[in-house]
Amino acid sequence: MVGIVGYGSYLPRYRIKVEEIAHQWGRDPVTVKRGLMLNEKTVPGMDEDTITISVEAAKNALKRANIDPAEIGALYVGSESHPYAVKPSGTVVAEALGAVPNVHIADYEFACKAGTEAMFVAYGLVKADLVKYALAIGADTSQGAPGDALEFSASAGGSAFIFGKEGVIAEVLDTFSYTTDTPDFWRREGAFYPLHGGRFTGEPAYFKHILGAAKAILDKSGYKPADFAYAVFHMPNGKFPLTAGKRLGFTKAQMEPGWIVPLMGNTYSGSSPTGFAATLDIAKPDDLILLVSFGSGAGSDAFIFKMTKRIDDVRDKAEKLKSMLENNRIYLDYGQYAKYRGKIIMNE
Amino acid sequence: MPSPTYRREMPQRYRLEAAKCKKCGKLFFPPRLVCAGCGSKEFDKTKLSETGTILSHTMIRVAPADFATQVPYAIAIVESDNGVRVTTQVVDCKPEDLEIGKKVKFIFRKLYEEGHTGIICYGYKTVLV
Repeated sequence: MVGIVGYGSYLPRYRIKVEEIAHQWGRDPVTVKRGLMLNEKTVPGMDEDTITISVEAAKNALKRANIDPAEIGALYVGSESHPYAVKPSGTVVAEALGAVPNVHIADYEFACKAGTEAMFVAYGLVKADLVKYALAIGADTSQGAPGDALEFSASAGGSAFIFGKEGVIAEVLDTFSYTTDTPDFWRREGAFYPLHGGRFTGEPAYFKHILGAAKAILDKSGYKPADFAYAVFHMPNGKFPLTAGKRLGFTKAQMEPGWIVPLMGNTYSGSSPTGFAATLDIAKPDDLILLVSFGSGAGSDAFIFKMTKRIDDVRDKAEKLKSMLENNRIYLDYGQYAKYRGKIIMNE
Repeated sequence: MPSPTYRREMPQRYRLEAAKCKKCGKLFFPPRLVCAGCGSKEFDKTKLSETGTILSHTMIRVAPADFATQVPYAIAIVESDNGVRVTTQVVDCKPEDLEIGKKVKFIFRKLYEEGHTGIICYGYKTVLV
C-alpha cells in the first residue's frame, strides 16, 4: 500500500478583509464578496515566505508521520513564489528539518498546481521503491497586482504530505493528469505581478481542466461521485470549485470541509492541498476522497485517496486547519498590508 | 558574500540543536566545545524543547537598519521547557499581548536579507502559544 503517512499545514496569522481591499480601490464590497464568495485572506508576515511556510507545514507532517527526517529520500516544494530565482527552496527546508544530506531535492512551478506536481512525483518515487519516504509540499505567498481582482484572493499558506508504504493514513488508489497549452494566467521572468485573461480563466482554463481530469479519473477508476465522502477542487475563488463540483455531480456537503477559501483566500500552490488537509482532519477510515488541482498554463492533477484506520491515531498530533483558520487572527489595514507585501517602494 | 558564521550556525538556528555534557548533564545552546560546568569536552547532540516561557521582554522602537521596517518588535528572554534561556524575537503579536510567564513556541522565520541580491538568512523566533 502506497499513500500518505503524515500531513500538516501552516497558515500565517495575519489577515485582511475583502472590505478593506474594496474600500482602497473604490469597489463595492458587497458585490465583490458575492461575486467571489470570499470574506478575508491570509497575509504572510514580513519574515515569512514560501520556505518558512514549507518548514512549518512539514514539521506538522513529521509530527503525524512520526518518522526520522533522515529517512526522507526526496523532498519537493511546489510554489510560484520561491524566494530565490536560483537556489532551491527545498535545500533550506531539508536543512531545517534535518533531512540532509542524503536526499533528492527539486523545486516545482506550475502556477497553482505546483503542490500536487510535487505530490505526484513523491508518490511515484515511493511506489517505484526508489525512496522510503518522499515529502511533497505546496506553499505560496501569492502575488496579486494592486487593484486587480486577484488582490482579493491571493493569500499565503501551505501543506506538506509525506508519502510512504508503512503507516499509511490515506492510500493513493489512482492518479490522472490533464494538461494543455492554455495562456490563461502567467508571470514573465522579472515581472512582479502575474497577468491573466479575465473571463478566459473560467471555461477554457479552470473548468476545462478540472472537469477533464475529474471525469477521466472517474472513468479510469470506475467510481461515481456518490462513492466519495469528500471532494476537493482548486479554489481560485469561492464560486469556481462549487460550480465545478456541482457539474460533476458532487454535493455541497461533499465539498464543504475542503472549501476553505472564504476564510483563507487562494494560496495558489497550497490551495487544493490545504483544502485536502482540512478534509483529512475530519475524514474517517474507508472514506474515499477526490482531489483535483488546477494550475494555469494549464493543467490539473487528480488523485483518489482511501482513508485507513491510522488516521484516527495521528490527526490530533498536530494543529488542525480549522484551528489555524479561526484562531490567533491579526487583522491588517490596507497600508499595513501594502507594507507587509512589499508593495511600497523604499530607499536602499 | 554569505557570512561563514551563518553557515556554521545553521544546526542551532534552523533545528535548535544543543549540546548536553556527557559528564555532568548540563545543557548548552548554542553548543560549546568545553563544558562550563565541569570542563568536559564530550557532548551528546540534543535539541531545545520547541516550547518555552517568557522570563522577561522589551519592545524595540529604534532598530538597526536591517530591522527598521519591523518596529515596534518584541525581544524576550525565553526559558525553553528543558531549561535553556534564549534571547529571541517574539513575532505576530501586539506589544500589549506580551507578559512574563506566557508560553511561546519556537518557529522558523526569515531573520534578515543580505541586501536585495544577497542570501536570505533564516532561523528561530517565537510566537505566543
